[in-house]
Amino acid sequence: MKKILCVVETAYRGTQEEQDDAVLWFTHALKNGGGDVAILLRGNAVNYAVAAQDPAGLVIGKFSIEHPANPNKDLLKMKQAGIPVHVVREDTEERGISLNSLSKEFQLVSSRELPGLFAQYDQVWHW
Amino acid sequence: MAKTLTICIMEPPYESANSTTSMRIIDAALRKGINVNVFAYEGAVSLTVKDQKPHPNPVHGTSVEEEKHPTTKELVAGLFELAKDKGVKLDWINCGLCVDERGAGNWIEGPRRGGPADFHKWVQESDAALVIPTK
Repeated sequence: MKKILCVVETAYRGTQEEQDDAVLWFTHALKNGGGDVAILLRGNAVNYAVAAQDPAGLVIGKFSIEHPANPNKDLLKMKQAGIPVHVVREDTEERGISLNSLSKEFQLVSSRELPGLFAQYDQVWHW
Repeated sequence: MAKTLTICIMEPPYESANSTTSMRIIDAALRKGINVNVFAYEGAVSLTVKDQKPHPNPVHGTSVEEEKHPTTKELVAGLFELAKDKGVKLDWINCGLCVDERGAGNWIEGPRRGGPADFHKWVQESDAALVIPTK
């Protein structure tokens, strides 16, 4: 079976309306179907690794969004399901996101290590 | 006399934060007693399509009821209800040609058909205008 690394860069793309991140959802669905998949968060998507994010409480007009997307929790579920989750350290630091604020379950990788990470996979999908 | 805000939105539903942001701005304006005109251009005409259906989420393991997926048609319908409650006007025009090319003509109650000339007229009459394009 081909090993696939999904690189997620665009963050919070339609997540309020979808109630999840479409790429994370898709990757988890592939895993549930028996796929060998992993996640790499880069760019703005490194914010998904921040543990203390609370999207609750949004009301638009008369409609309350009761189950808002929480990509951090979804990633933790993906990790529990056996999907490795990597986060680019430099993209986190340059945004001023404290490394201590990230969920400990995710693997920080340096940008210098990315070629080696890519080499572990048969395909790399940059979403 | 109430002020009027005109907004042009272009983003299709479920694709980015732009549509959510647009609806939050509309919501905030209505709550402040400001009349709002919305010109839905290109993909944004699909925000109000009546055939949208909420779905279960097999990855989350949730049913339709548990997921309570917020379709954009419901969000927009809620904005019309809010406007009515607040006694302000929400006028929503879907670009007719954009609707035709997408076959997206079955809408919820509220929007009406129009074109760029309507948007231009609104801009002339409004206190402020905001364009939120797709990128």
